[in-house]
Amino acid sequence: MMKKIALLSTLTAALLAGVASVHAADAPRAGGTVNFVAPYGDSFSTLDIQASPQTQDEFYAKAIHRTLYDWDADKNVPVLALATDVDISADKLVYTYKLRQDAFFHNGKQMTADDIIASFTRMADPAKAYPPSRYIANIKGGADYMAGKAEAISGLKKMDDFTLEVTLTDPVDPAFLFMRNNTAIYPAGEADKEGFASHPIGLGPYKFAEYVPGSRLTVEKWEKYYEKDKPYADKINILIMGDASARDVAFRNKEIDVSVLGPSQYVAYQADPELAKGLLEVAEVYTRYVGFNLDFEPFKDKRVRQAFNHAINTELIIKRLAKDKAYRASGWLPTSSPAYDKDAQPYAYDPEKAKALLAEAGYADGFDVELTATQNESWGLTIVEAIIPMLEKVGIRVKAKPVEASVLSEVVPAGDFQSFMWSSESGPDALTAMQCFYSKTSQAACNYQKFANADFDKLFEAAKVAKTPEEKNDLLRKANNLVQEEAPVWFFNYNKAVMAYQPWLHGLQPNSAELAIQSYEKLWVDETVPAGR
Amino acid sequence: MLQFVVRRILQVIPTIIAISLLIFVIFSVVPGSIATSLTANGKGGGDPKIVEKMTREFGLDQPLYVRFGSYLSDLARFDLGTSFRSRQPVAHLIGERMWPTLKLAFAAMAIAMFVGVPLGFIAALRPGSIIDTLTMIGAISGLSLPQFWLGLLGMYLFALTLGWLPSFGYGDGGPANLILPALTLGVAPMALLARTTRAAVLDVMSADFIRTARAKGMNGFRLVTWHVVRNVLVLIITTIGLQFGSMMGQAVVVEKLFSWPGLGSLLVDSVSLRDIPVVQGAILVIVLWFLLINTIVDILYAVIDPRISHG
Repeated sequence: MMKKIALLSTLTAALLAGVASVHAADAPRAGGTVNFVAPYGDSFSTLDIQASPQTQDEFYAKAIHRTLYDWDADKNVPVLALATDVDISADKLVYTYKLRQDAFFHNGKQMTADDIIASFTRMADPAKAYPPSRYIANIKGGADYMAGKAEAISGLKKMDDFTLEVTLTDPVDPAFLFMRNNTAIYPAGEADKEGFASHPIGLGPYKFAEYVPGSRLTVEKWEKYYEKDKPYADKINILIMGDASARDVAFRNKEIDVSVLGPSQYVAYQADPELAKGLLEVAEVYTRYVGFNLDFEPFKDKRVRQAFNHAINTELIIKRLAKDKAYRASGWLPTSSPAYDKDAQPYAYDPEKAKALLAEAGYADGFDVELTATQNESWGLTIVEAIIPMLEKVGIRVKAKPVEASVLSEVVPAGDFQSFMWSSESGPDALTAMQCFYSKTSQAACNYQKFANADFDKLFEAAKVAKTPEEKNDLLRKANNLVQEEAPVWFFNYNKAVMAYQPWLHGLQPNSAELAIQSYEKLWVDETVPAGR
Repeated sequence: MLQFVVRRILQVIPTIIAISLLIFVIFSVVPGSIATSLTANGKGGGDPKIVEKMTREFGLDQPLYVRFGSYLSDLARFDLGTSFRSRQPVAHLIGERMWPTLKLAFAAMAIAMFVGVPLGFIAALRPGSIIDTLTMIGAISGLSLPQFWLGLLGMYLFALTLGWLPSFGYGDGGPANLILPALTLGVAPMALLARTTRAAVLDVMSADFIRTARAKGMNGFRLVTWHVVRNVLVLIITTIGLQFGSMMGQAVVVEKLFSWPGLGSLLVDSVSLRDIPVVQGAILVIVLWFLLINTIVDILYAVIDPRISHG
């Protein structure tokens, strides 16, 4: 219990730290340049965000583009962005949006319903495999259009220039679909013109200025942005820096205003009195775990899976290897989820109990198992090497199988594993996260363990049609607890994202969906920013 | 000479086919594909319907020989294909990365030549002296230091401690941003050139014709420029050619470390995501560059020493 209280205190403190950073100075200051960092690779894939599934590309998308909904990182909920109001039918299938009349593209054109319809239709292009087409599939007629069976998406209807009706196939919350940065709205008819992919046009607070591939993308303030008085900074340099050591030098040298920290840098920054003042910590919606193949004979027995959880000293691994840059997982849903159960207890480290459970299950002599994992520092072979001796003590003999990240994402959905270690998105929508344990969800989609439990299915189906958010969250909380009890995975941790920021930068948001992706229009620099910026 | 150049160009064709086939085979044997890499995105697996559609869109459901035949046919028309990841022509992607890589390679080679060769000469002309000892210690260190570590040291010293240079990035393309990556990339070839030059000069200095020239009263500057330089030049140019030719490949680590917008960082990202057309294109450019430099070096041999024939 004390550990739980400590965990929650840390989280609260972290969130408060984030909020404090927002209000650190009296009033936002207009002007100046922010040097932001895109740390998840050595380049951007494409400047056509609708064609990209990559987090790295969201760094420029968040500056240049806008989506129908936006993620309010301070309130931890999706909110309307390109509409001022929405009317939802009683069956939660028809959404009628009153669109903004003050949203202008960077080419000066006013946004209308036609632009949204054209953008959604382009994402579902039957000839292309655009990643956001998975969200359009939730719109009535979307699947037919993608299959080439229809001329248009029947569920998208323009009532007038500023009224759009969207009919869904199921009562899902479209906010979680159309807040994704790759569902950005483009001006109708512009996207496939030559030059758009090298000079993107959007509705965002900043307009494209310059791109040096593999190095930097610069955006400049869009004067006709619809949120009055925003953005604050005149210019944002989004600097592509995939190397953590180089980022560290650049941050200490005050060339960049933020840096995303790994476990070892987190320790070093905490130890430095000056750097420690500028750390923003957030529990992100990622769960790190070892997934079990429930077709593999020993893992068919729940007691074996529970024994695996009891055999590992998870706290010790988080402290020593993850350097406390993680929150202990007590179930699938992370602490920032509205359906997170504050009272749930993680599996206790108890090797004797693990041995007893294995003996009860008929594995008193243990068994051999292969664990597929990547080189990832936080959820890869380093962790696997640490748990091997712990598991061996209770008789589970693990053989590590190292693979590349791209290989892991191929073998796991194909079911070609006995167990695997991964990090999966477990939010922000709790319903979507729990869908990965629904028996009707295929292994290829995300039910990698092929988990099937009738009680879980009932809870999940009830949550889908719940009348209120409270009811939905309550049902999902119970479903989450059931998953914890059934233990189709070893619950390792929820990611603690840490961002270091310079003292002159303000307005950072504690974004649990992805801390590194910030709403740039809220950022501002005070007068202590280095000269020349 | 013309016959030699034509023969060299014709030799390039089977080399390109062999390398292309090798890349095709490697990428068809190793697990992982662009569709799963792209859709997984570090957030768990991707949507299987999109993976399937992407596989079809990129033609990855076709047999290897069909894809290879199609690639060769496009290549014969100087079409490098379209990137899976960005859906842009590969030639365009490579084109926008070529100049930064060339700039970095030329700058690094200039540092290597203008520092390494004179140092090698000085060391050889004063064998056993402090200059010789220091030069050789420096050369061995330069050859053995990993580029990544050397680059970080440079960042700490010149950016963080002294504040003379920016630690990363391309900036406006000016020399301030170029110096550190060029130094990092240039140190190893500089060290090799210093060692090679020293060894070659020492070898020539002990030759009979040098003793004869000295006996005739020739010494000092005239001896070095007239006899020594001419005789060591072939070896120095060979080393420069080999180093310069392989520099595009060596630049990968440096480009990544310094966020330099070159071909190397494009190649690394493309390999990890299995963007085969870009990998093919980038490797093709690197190979052509190597062949081009070596052809130039071969031509230079004949210019420097007419006794060398290409017949």
